[in-house]
Formats: sequence, structure tokens, C-alpha cells
Amino acid sequence: MTTPAPVGPRGTASEQALIASILAGQRENFHLLIRPYEQQLYRTALALVKNEAEAEDVVQDAVLKAYRKLASFRGDAKFSTWLIAITLNEARGRLRKQGRVAFDSLDEQHGDYTPAALTDWREVPLAALERQEIRALIQQAVAALPETYREIITLRDVEELSINDTAALLGISVTLVKVRLHRARMLLQKKLVPHLRLLTKPARKRLGLGRLSWL
Amino acid sequence: MALNCRHVWDHISEYIDNTLDPEVRAEVERHLATCEICSAILDSTRNIIVLVADDRVFELPLDFSKRLHARLDVVLRSEDPEPLGMSP
Repeated sequence: MTTPAPVGPRGTASEQALIASILAGQRENFHLLIRPYEQQLYRTALALVKNEAEAEDVVQDAVLKAYRKLASFRGDAKFSTWLIAITLNEARGRLRKQGRVAFDSLDEQHGDYTPAALTDWREVPLAALERQEIRALIQQAVAALPETYREIITLRDVEELSINDTAALLGISVTLVKVRLHRARMLLQKKLVPHLRLLTKPARKRLGLGRLSWL
Repeated sequence: MALNCRHVWDHISEYIDNTLDPEVRAEVERHLATCEICSAILDSTRNIIVLVADDRVFELPLDFSKRLHARLDVVLRSEDPEPLGMSP
């Protein structure tokens, strides 16, 4: 079992106070400061480096860096966004060092971002969410995306950062966030729909939901 | 101008995020109301976003926190955060 995070959503004010106390010498408060974000940082790192042990190293290095650079946190971004940015940089740095990234200028490429036009997979029975094979399919499909698209899907659709926060964090324009997100989602749709529809079809027929979407 | 399917596909992601201009959104909705294929693409894309988000609930590796805080502790005991103005 992992230790549950002891803190729920914390107000920005109390976070600022915590940061001030650390900078004033109560260093041990840094443990408290980062606890609520551990999962988020780990997921972000894992989405990029795709290896559990390495993702853990990335988070550790990023957290240490965040501590050392704490005085430079301005408070104009959310602390969580700042932490994620540091984690992303660590993860990218590792990928570059290992030569695992072909520097992609994806946004200039003309890939095929047309969706799969299949009309018989419209609803996911809720029970499907618990099915291991579906989770595995989703994880594989995300992992197979080019780095740029993995990043954008993780920040927007997993961590649910706003478009503006995502743009600021990646240092790209809001328009480019939208373009990348669209392409990433279309790539996932195209890849996943033909498989998911085979996995979920029997359930649909049984339920007789017809054209109803559960969303 | 009526949108064709391809135009609508280009707007699917922004439609889901509700970031389309109201006029474009209205056009997309008009198309979706009559096009089985595009409305299926919309539904399936939404479903996939839900499934991707569902990945959030996984657990951290065993003792992840323990190792992180142990490593952090070594630094916290011996170092102050760097003062402002040091090179990044």
C-alpha cells in the first residue's frame, strides 16, 4: 500500500505561507508542500519516460530541484504547474540524453489526423472502465504517441490543466496547444476505436442502448 | 456556409473543450444533428478522453513516497534553498 496523501486541496494562501516558512528556515515543511503532488508528478514523468524506475528518478530529481530553486517560484503560476514544468524538463532532459527523442517538428508535418469513422462504437458501458484489457489498450495507445502528443494528452486530458496553463507550462501558444491536442486526440481515436468497439460491442447489444450515448 | 464532414472533424477537439467561436459551434451542431458518422466520431472521441482520464486512479509504486522523502530529507537537513539570482 502506498501512503495516502494527508492533505486535500489546499488553498493558495496556505501554500504561499508554507513556502514562506520554508524560505525562512523551516526547511522540513517542504515535505508537506510537495505531498499532495506526488502522484501527479509521477504520472507526468511516467507518461514521458515510460519506465517506472526512471519515472521515479525523474520525480526525485525534480523535487530536489524544486526545493533548491524554491526562492525563484514567483507565485504568478500555480505551485503545481511550476512543479509539473520542472518535472517535464527533467523527463525531457533524460530522453534527450539517451537519444530517445528524434526531435520532432510534428506541427509542420502533414500526418493523417482523420478520425476512424465507425458508427457502431458510441458508448462505453461503465463496467468497461474496470476492464483491465481496456486500460491496457489505452495505456499502450498513449505510450505509442510521439512525445509532443503524449505531453499534451497528459497535461490536458489526464491532469486536466487549463489550456492557458498548458500553454504557459510548455512555452507554446494557446493555438498550438489546441492544434496538438486535437491531433493527439484524433490519433488516439483512430487507433483505439476499432479495438474498443470489438471489446464493448457485446455489452452494447445486451443493454440495447441503441443510439444512446452515456455521456 | 454548410460544413462538410472533414471540416467538422477538424473542430471535434475544440467542440469538446467548448472553445469554438459561437458561430462555428452552431454550424458544427447543425451538422452533427444530421450526420450519423460525425456524431459517432464525437461520441467515441469523448469516450476515449474519459478512458484516458481514468488512468489517473492508478497507485504509486510501493514505497515511492518513502524513498522520495528519504532522499529529500538528506538535502533538507544539509542545504537551504538557493538564494535568488543564482544561475538556473
